[in-house]
Amino acid sequence: MRKYTPKDNVQGKAYHTDRFWVSPSVPRTDVSEDAHFAALLEKIKESIAVKDAYIQIGQMVVHINPEDNITVLTLVKEVCDYAMCSEISAVDYLAQDGEFEVFYQMLNLKKAKRIRIVTRLKERQAIESAVPLFNSANFAEREMYDMFGIVANNHPFMKRILMPDDWEGHPLLKTYPLQGDEAASWYEVDKIFGKEYRDIIGAENRDPSKIDRYDTKRFSRVGYEVPFDEDISEGEKKTPIKYSDTLLVNYNKSSKQLDERR
Amino acid sequence: MQQPNKLVPFFENLNFERDDNTMVVNFGPQHPSAHGQLRLMLELEGEMVVKAYPDIGYLHRGIEKMAENMTYNEFLPTTDRLDYIASTANNYAYALAVEKLLGIEAPRRAQAIRTMLLELNRLISHLFFIATHALDVGAMSVFLYAFREREFAMDLMEDYCGARLTHSSVRIGGVPLDLPEGWLAQMMTFLEKMEYELEHTYEALLTENRIWKMRLEDVGVIDAEDALSWGCTGPILRGAGVQYDIRKEEPYELYGELDFDVPVSDRNDAYGRYMLHVEEMRQSARIIRQVMPIYRKSEPQLMAHAPKYLSAPKEEIMTQNYALMQHFVLVTQGMRPPKGEVYAPTESPKGELGFYIKSEGEPYAYRLKCRAPSFYHTGILQKVLVGTYLADVVTMISSSNIVFGEVDR
Amino acid sequence: MAQHQVNYASAAGLPVALTSVDKLINWGRSNSLWPMTYGLACCAIEMMATGASRYDFDRMGTIFRASPRQSDVMILAGTLSKKHAEFTRRLYDQMMEPKWVISMGSCANTGGMFNTYSTVQGVDRIVPVDIYLPGCAPRPETLQYALMMLQKKIRRESADMNKNTKQNLRTL
Repeated sequence: MRKYTPKDNVQGKAYHTDRFWVSPSVPRTDVSEDAHFAALLEKIKESIAVKDAYIQIGQMVVHINPEDNITVLTLVKEVCDYAMCSEISAVDYLAQDGEFEVFYQMLNLKKAKRIRIVTRLKERQAIESAVPLFNSANFAEREMYDMFGIVANNHPFMKRILMPDDWEGHPLLKTYPLQGDEAASWYEVDKIFGKEYRDIIGAENRDPSKIDRYDTKRFSRVGYEVPFDEDISEGEKKTPIKYSDTLLVNYNKSSKQLDERR
Repeated sequence: MQQPNKLVPFFENLNFERDDNTMVVNFGPQHPSAHGQLRLMLELEGEMVVKAYPDIGYLHRGIEKMAENMTYNEFLPTTDRLDYIASTANNYAYALAVEKLLGIEAPRRAQAIRTMLLELNRLISHLFFIATHALDVGAMSVFLYAFREREFAMDLMEDYCGARLTHSSVRIGGVPLDLPEGWLAQMMTFLEKMEYELEHTYEALLTENRIWKMRLEDVGVIDAEDALSWGCTGPILRGAGVQYDIRKEEPYELYGELDFDVPVSDRNDAYGRYMLHVEEMRQSARIIRQVMPIYRKSEPQLMAHAPKYLSAPKEEIMTQNYALMQHFVLVTQGMRPPKGEVYAPTESPKGELGFYIKSEGEPYAYRLKCRAPSFYHTGILQKVLVGTYLADVVTMISSSNIVFGEVDR
Repeated sequence: MAQHQVNYASAAGLPVALTSVDKLINWGRSNSLWPMTYGLACCAIEMMATGASRYDFDRMGTIFRASPRQSDVMILAGTLSKKHAEFTRRLYDQMMEPKWVISMGSCANTGGMFNTYSTVQGVDRIVPVDIYLPGCAPRPETLQYALMMLQKKIRRESADMNKNTKQNLRTL
C-alpha cells in the first residue's frame, strides 16, 4: 500500500520543512497610532461589528463578518472618500479552517491611504456583490468565482472569465494540482480532435528534463546517436555504451587499494 | 492534408443579423492589432456599437498558482512575463512587495539603479504605446520610427542585464549587477536622441496632424467618475483629470527626493491620453538625469544586508564559510518571510501595478495576487465602447494600453 | 546574407529528384513567405521587433498578413493556452496549402516555463510544426535565422505537396 498523502493541499512542499521553526509575524501596530485610520475605524464600529483591526505595513486591515460587507463598503466610499476599489480576491484556507478569506483593497485618493477589508466565508457561502458600488468588482468577482468557486450574489454576469466556459474545477483551490487534473490535461485534445485522438496525440510531457533519444543536437547524447536513415520500425538496435579509454586511467601508483570496490 | 477534427465552422450556429437589425461581430482572439488575445463580441447597429463584451483568458498561464509552488526568488523571472513590454516594472513591484513583507530596504546605489531602470522601462513602454497606437490608427511609419528608438533603449537594457525583453534585472533586496562602464554616457546620448526625436518626429508627425486629431478626439471618453468606479489607474485616470500618481503620493525608491511633474489632462479622450504619454516620456528623461549624480555619489553596495533572507555578495560567498552555508540554504530551501500579508502598489507605465502576497512563513508564498492595471482597463471597455463606431473600437483598445500578459496572468 | 549561395542546379543528394519546375516554384514560395500574425505573448513583441526598423523582416519578402487565407506560414509566437488552442487549430485549417508552421519561443515549443494546468505543452500537439525556435524570448536574429532555415527546407521539398512524405524529407 502506498503511503497516505493528504489531498487537501496538493501544492508543492518546500524542499526542507523544519518542524521546530516558529516564524515571526509581520509587525502590527494599533489603529490609534494614526489619526485618519482611528477616525475611520470609529465610524465603521458605529455601524457593524468589527472582529479585528490593526495597521500593517502602513495600511489598515479591518476584519468583518461577510454579511456586513456592503454596509462597510458603502460607508467607506460615501463617507470617507475611499473612491477606488483596487482589488478583490480570496485566499484558500479550506484545509486549515474550512474557510475562504476574501479581501477588498480600497484606496483613498485624496489622502493617499489604503485599507483592506477582510472577511471569512465558509465553503459554499456566497457573498453580496459590490458591483453597484464599484464597477471594478465586475471583473474582479468574476475572477474570484472562476478561480475559487465563490459566488457573488446579484452580480450582473457571474460567468467564468479566465478559464474556458466549460472548464471543470476551480484552479486556485489548494486541492487543484498545479499541472491540472485529468479533465484539464486532455481538454484541448478532446475539444479539437475528440477523445479518439488521445492515444494518437499522446499524453502531455510534463517532465522538463525529458530527453529525446533521436535528437542529435542534444548534447547529452553526443556520440550515441542513431544514424538518421536507419530504420527503427522494429525497435532500435542496441548500441553498447562505449566508455572513453582516456578517462579510465588508474592514478593509483601504489599497490595498496583504498576500497574493495573499484 | 486536412486532418479531420471536431471543429465545425462557426457560422452554422450563429445568426449574423438579428431581429432588431443588430449584427454580431466577433473581434477574435487573433487579430492584427498588436495587443494580444482579446476577444470582443460586438453588437453593431450599422456602424455603431450597441453592446461590447470583452472575453479574456486566452493567455491565462496560471502564474498565481505557480507562485504557490515556487520560492520567492525562483518566481521573480515569472513576473517578467506579466507586462512583457516593461518587464522591470513587474519585477520591481514584486520585489518591493517582498521587501515590505521582510521589512528591508535596498541600499542607495541599488535604489538609484532601480529608479533608472524603471524610468527606462517607462520610456520603452511609452514608445511601444506610440508605435502600436499609431499602427492601429493607421500611421504605420511611426511604428518603425518608434521601434528604432526602442531598439536603442533595449540595447541599454541588454548591456545591463543581458536580455532585451524579459529582464529580471532586479532582485529582492537590490540589484544583482552594477552598471557597466559607459552605460551612463550611452544613456545620456539615448536621452538626448529620444527627446530630439520626440519633438521632431513623433510630435511633428502626430500631434498637430489633422487626421490624427480627427481619429482621436472625443474617442474613448472616460470621465473621472467612471475611471474611479471601474478601477482605472495610471494614464487613463490622469487623462480623466484626477491627479494621482503613486510615485508622488506613495513614494517608493528615490521618487520622494526627485523633482518631476505629473502631467494631467482634462480632456477625457484618447487624444488627451496620447499627449499624456508623450509628456510622461519627457518627465522620465528628467528623472533619469537627476538620478545619475545620485548614483555616482552612492556607495557601491548592491544588495541589502539581511542575512536571514538574502544571500551575501559573491565575493563573500566565495571566501567566507558562513556566507556560503547561508547562500546554500537560501537557494535550496528559499527564504522564509514572516507570517503576514502585504499589498504594495507601484506606478507601472500602464497604471497601478500591485502585488498582494500572503505568507505563512513557508518558503513558498501562500497566496500571490497580482493587481494588474490592464485587467481593469479591459473591464471598462464594456462601458466605453458602447455608442462608438467600429473604427473607434480599435483606437480605444490601443489607447487604453492593455497588455494581455497581465490581464490574464 | 550575400555569401549565402543556393545551388539550384544540383539536387543536393536527395532521394527525390527536383525538377526545374520544382525549383522554380520553390524559389517563388520560399522568397515570398507571407506570415500570419499569430503573436500571442512576449514573443509577439520580438516578432514585431523583427519586422520593425533594425531587423527588417520585409527584406526576406515577408509581408505580415492578418488573414489566414492569404498567408503561407504561421509563426506561433508565445504561450498557447488551452482556451486558445481551438482557435489556433481553426485558423491553421483555414490556411491554404502549401503552409508551414514556425513555433517561436519555449512556450510554443513545449509549454516553456509554464508547466501549469492551462498551458498547452507544446504547440505540436495541435498543429504540425516545421521549425522550432528556442529562446525566451528568442532574439530577432533567431527568428530571421529560422525563416531562412524554413526557406532552405522549402527549396528542398518537392513542389507537389503530396510527395513530401516522411521518407522523402530530411531534417537539417
